[in-house]
Amino acid sequence: QNDGYRSLPLFGHVGFDSLPDQLVNKCIKQGFSFNILCIGETGTGKSTLIDSLFNTTFDDPVSTHFQPNVRLRARTYDLQESNVHLKLTIVNTVGFGDQINKEESYQPIVDYIDAQFEAYLQEELKIKRSLHSYHDTRIHVCLYFISPTGHSLKTLDLLTMKSLDSKVNIIPIIGKADSISKTELQRFKVKLMSELVTNGVQIYQFPTDDETVSKINAIMNGHLPFAVVGSTEEVKVGNKMVKARQYPWGIVQVENENHCDFVKLREMLICTNMEDLREQTHARHYELYRRCRLEEMGFRDTSPENKPVSLQEAYEAKRHEFYVEMQRKEEEMRQVFVQRVKEKETILKEAEQEIQARFEHLRRLHQEERLKLERNRRSLEDEMASFIKKKAAAELLQTQTLLSTPMSLKKDKDRK
Amino acid sequence: PCAGPVESKNEAAMSELVPEPRQKPAVPMKPMGINANLLGYIGIDTIIEQMRKKTMKTGFDFNIMVVGQSGLGKSTLVNTLFKSQVSRKSSGWNREEKIPKTVEIKAIGHVIEEGGVKMKLTVIDTPGFGDQINNENCWEPIEKYINEQYEKFLKEEVNIARKKRIPDTRVHCCLYFISPTGHSLRPLDLEFMKHLSKVVNIIPVIAKADTMTLEEKTEFKQRVRKELEVNGIEFYPQKEFDEDLEDKTENDKIRQDSMPFAVVGSDKEYQVNGKRVLGRKTPWGIIEVENLTHCEFALLRDFVIRTHLQDLKEVTHNIHYETYRAKRLNDNGGLPPMTAETEESHESNL
Repeated sequence: QNDGYRSLPLFGHVGFDSLPDQLVNKCIKQGFSFNILCIGETGTGKSTLIDSLFNTTFDDPVSTHFQPNVRLRARTYDLQESNVHLKLTIVNTVGFGDQINKEESYQPIVDYIDAQFEAYLQEELKIKRSLHSYHDTRIHVCLYFISPTGHSLKTLDLLTMKSLDSKVNIIPIIGKADSISKTELQRFKVKLMSELVTNGVQIYQFPTDDETVSKINAIMNGHLPFAVVGSTEEVKVGNKMVKARQYPWGIVQVENENHCDFVKLREMLICTNMEDLREQTHARHYELYRRCRLEEMGFRDTSPENKPVSLQEAYEAKRHEFYVEMQRKEEEMRQVFVQRVKEKETILKEAEQEIQARFEHLRRLHQEERLKLERNRRSLEDEMASFIKKKAAAELLQTQTLLSTPMSLKKDKDRK
Repeated sequence: PCAGPVESKNEAAMSELVPEPRQKPAVPMKPMGINANLLGYIGIDTIIEQMRKKTMKTGFDFNIMVVGQSGLGKSTLVNTLFKSQVSRKSSGWNREEKIPKTVEIKAIGHVIEEGGVKMKLTVIDTPGFGDQINNENCWEPIEKYINEQYEKFLKEEVNIARKKRIPDTRVHCCLYFISPTGHSLRPLDLEFMKHLSKVVNIIPVIAKADTMTLEEKTEFKQRVRKELEVNGIEFYPQKEFDEDLEDKTENDKIRQDSMPFAVVGSDKEYQVNGKRVLGRKTPWGIIEVENLTHCEFALLRDFVIRTHLQDLKEVTHNIHYETYRAKRLNDNGGLPPMTAETEESHESNL
């Protein structure tokens, strides 16, 4: 037990017995977070129970039965009691069990739980990380509300719990337990537990290794599933105001252990095992998720020859792999690019040739036109030249006749 | 909350979907500071007891290193601190034994128990430090040892199937023994503390303080503090890691007045005024180790063990170890692509 270390006696008071206090004080300074997931069909009393557990109204709007699919709604609250600050997150399933086709009912829940693990894992794998100030959103406990039919587990309940039992601590609860009589309840509980066992569903067991709590925890384990009644209304019983539900035939008191298991649930969930729930989530469920995820990503602790491989080497190998892949893809793209360029070039060349041909054709036409025009011009010039000659000849004739008859010529001239 | 905001909250709430990984799941609704005391006791504060029980069960580890030239009373002091023979006193080097050529690192662990609290205490001794003629780089084996412990922890932490409780061999505290010359720090002291204050919590201690008068002590301490400041040496508790005002005021007082603690160690008891006390008997009187007017041993003990022990561990884990880890992962080019998303974005950049 001492790991092979020798035990030494002390010859005086040293003072390290204050260590648990030092540690607890540090934890108080940082604050605690606790995350509860409530799964159950609409109307099983989830919100009312949470309100009753934490003695307050958490302001959750009532949902209808007509949700098209299952969604999760998470809310975080800051609670304080003496010097303890608690960041409480309540995650509710909206529309669970309302659809006609329930095949997709539990996947959103599984995805949500995985997403919280993933966020923590990502933070843990960062180079620069701040784990000690990280707001832990991983689900610490899942309160599964079973409808108080009095018969047995519904198929949906079984399937959902089976898909969640390795990911989260499940505490099954019978909601609205005031609709079942005491004898029916006993039978119902026995039936439920045996069904869970037969189907191999792992529900959360209150720990029995610490002597101070093992006895009470063992007893409580036998009372599962807790049959609860919740209420935020107060009714006068005797001379006190207590949380209760008033019926014509009597008053069901929430905190009366003869009426329901509410007090047991509160004891177990908050006062005795809150820390264990947190620890199980971290040490068991999260580690399992992490292991699966890392293996999924291709990391191994030992290489195929069973020699221990450091994660560093695994990272290097992975990085090299991705690098080679990237090179290959780059090369591929480059080839495609070159090919396209070639094709485009040929097209352009053809187009160029076509244009060139047309240009030639037009040029030829143009030249022919010019030649034609030249010829026309020359012929016109010839005409003009001959006309001038004629004119000159005519004028010569005129001057000759003028010299022979001056008077009539003058008149003719004037007339001209 | 009045009716107005509630309604709009409803709208917003109904449109939330399951978030993608990496986002915070909670609706960024203003946290309601509901004081549970007003509405009736729930029992949240019982988590303190639950936590205390858990820690008592698992027990604690503490690793303390002592560094200083031989003969400064290191082993005696550690034995006085933990009221137990956790460190074996070296009786000096006799002629047959060879003075080690380099600094040796000797880690010895014991289990001690007090008040139901079990502690696995490891004392790491560094014989040979500062004892050679040429002491250049004699801090290197020490730095190497400290980094090796970080490396060991890191290797465990990155395993796929890892242990529930990773064995912690990292050095949580390093007591550095200053020779009570009364003048100033030696170059070796400065060199060591300069190099190591960045990787481990160093608590400087003035050894064998019974060789100084009260005035000499005060002056020496002032000079040492000044020299450390001038050389940029941050000893524990480091200013930059004070978490809040409360810490700062408490630690300022310790940093500026008390440290470095001038101590005297002893494992022998004497009768003084009808009481058995730990002390050193000299011709001129009995020096009482736990008497605050004689020396500051009690201050050191309270500081290291009774108030700051958990903090020493946390600073080691949250700061020194994280620094080592970040550097280590960066040197390897960081982590490979983690998700399919980054792979796709990688391709689209091509």
